[in-house]
Amino acid sequence: MGESSTTAHKPAQLFKLADRNMVQKIGFAGLSVATFLTVLPIILVVALVILKGGPAISWEFLSEMPRDGMRAGGILPAIIGTFWLTIGTGIIAVPLGIGAAIYLAEYASDNRWTRIIRIAIINLAGIPSVVFGLFGLGLFVLFMRFGTSIIAGSLTLSIMTLPVIISTTEEALRSVPNSFRVVSVSLGGTKWQTIRRIVLPQATPGILTGVILGLERAAGETAPILFTVAAFFLPQLPSSMFDATMALPYHLFVISTQVPGMPIKIQYGTALVLLTFVLGMNIVATIIRSRARARRQW
Amino acid sequence: MRETSWSEFLITRLIKVTGYSAILIVGIIFIFLLREGSPALIEIPFSTLFSVRWYPIEDYFGILPLIGGSLIVTIGAGAIAIPLGLATAIFISEVAPRWAREILKPMVEILAGLPSVLLGFIGILALAPLTREFLNLPTGLTALTGALLLSAISIPTIVSVAEDALDAVPKTYRDAALAMGATKWQTIWRVTLPAARSGVLTAVMLGIGRAIGETMTVMMVTGNAPVLPTGLSALFKPTRTMTATIAAEMGEVANGSVHYHALFLIGISLFLISLVVNLAAASVVFRQKKRAERILS
Repeated sequence: MGESSTTAHKPAQLFKLADRNMVQKIGFAGLSVATFLTVLPIILVVALVILKGGPAISWEFLSEMPRDGMRAGGILPAIIGTFWLTIGTGIIAVPLGIGAAIYLAEYASDNRWTRIIRIAIINLAGIPSVVFGLFGLGLFVLFMRFGTSIIAGSLTLSIMTLPVIISTTEEALRSVPNSFRVVSVSLGGTKWQTIRRIVLPQATPGILTGVILGLERAAGETAPILFTVAAFFLPQLPSSMFDATMALPYHLFVISTQVPGMPIKIQYGTALVLLTFVLGMNIVATIIRSRARARRQW
Repeated sequence: MRETSWSEFLITRLIKVTGYSAILIVGIIFIFLLREGSPALIEIPFSTLFSVRWYPIEDYFGILPLIGGSLIVTIGAGAIAIPLGLATAIFISEVAPRWAREILKPMVEILAGLPSVLLGFIGILALAPLTREFLNLPTGLTALTGALLLSAISIPTIVSVAEDALDAVPKTYRDAALAMGATKWQTIWRVTLPAARSGVLTAVMLGIGRAIGETMTVMMVTGNAPVLPTGLSALFKPTRTMTATIAAEMGEVANGSVHYHALFLIGISLFLISLVVNLAAASVVFRQKKRAERILS
């Protein structure tokens, strides 16, 4: 009796098992295909820009002013402009962002106000970049009378970058074990001494990674600088922080949409310089992170 | 000793001020948008504002086509990015071997770091000609091209947030399911995903939020035609989003004109949309945390 029932069940069960494995196989294949579809465009875009932009890169392209309505010559003013904007953004956003992160990680207690700060940061991170541009135009360019200038652009970009720097720095600070703080305080260190001499040095690689990733975003953004700093074409380099300037992302926008008869080579060349700028920062951040992980003492 | 405590006091105060700066900044942003945008509500009659014609030179300020443009492009992007992004997150977190994960994660980070203007540029030179040829359209600069590129912008957000959520599911859940004879596939569908659902929902919302707010890419590839989309065929026609309208027109308006105020009014709408999306996403996370605390205590 028992025997007959097992033999009766066996084929059905076997079939079900095979069925389940079949479903899993198909499912995993589907996931792999989807992942491939996600990754493929990334490879194609990067490869396309490198292959087509590579031949345009020369010392002249990087070090000369544009000529013939930007259809010849180099892109030096755009490179310099993006360089200064990134530095300016860093000068404003880094101290503010790290300060806010120290407050959230080391001082703030879990109360209503802290929750409101967190919600404000989350919202800041979600505001569309063009709205930052509008705000920068309203406050810095018009109300504070900075005009379209590097300082107005840097202020706008740094507000946009702030949430990235705050959240990554806070995470880095929180990853420092609490025992470090306890030991320092028990040896007579004050709270600030503990933060400055113990916590901050331990968290430095994590903070650096966050800062670089934030500035990378600022360097590549176009919408916030459209009305606050970017110039279509300027025959000279900026001489002070109250000057307007050309910038790489805006220049790429201009030469790919606004200037008819633009040589493709120069367009791809500009795209490659921008990509190198941004990917270079990304790679530096990745190296800092992985080296710090390998060396970590806890 | 006295000196140290004074500087300690000062620094603590300073840090507290920077801590609260985020609230201040969001407040100032909202106030300034209101200040510059609210006059539009008085200057433009409601019947004009909610009409289907946006043609500022002749004082037509109908925002419906712009909202429609944002909607169709965002829905298109979501239809591509949500399945692809979630599948990639599941693959990276649950299926991929370690070496593949080490390659895939930095790749997604690279995508997140690509400037939107670069994607727009590629869209104009490479993707738009392709869509035109394949679909036999008069122009490749359509809502569809915009949606395709926008999906590339929301995918990294969806992948990284969803992957974090999947990673946060305790390993014991999976072990229990596997021990009871479930396949890996069944474990993913019936145990891991349901356990991570609030994080996955957050991922989807944040991804959509990024798509609505994206500016340069859509401005460059959607053809800039403020026409109210009607039906699916609008995907294959040029369109114009709210963000692109601000970016394209703000440079040419006189400060303080009706057009200027109207563009700020669009900015206020975008600010409020992102506020709602992010508050909703945050509340999902907060609620989940509370539930987790209750279960653990």
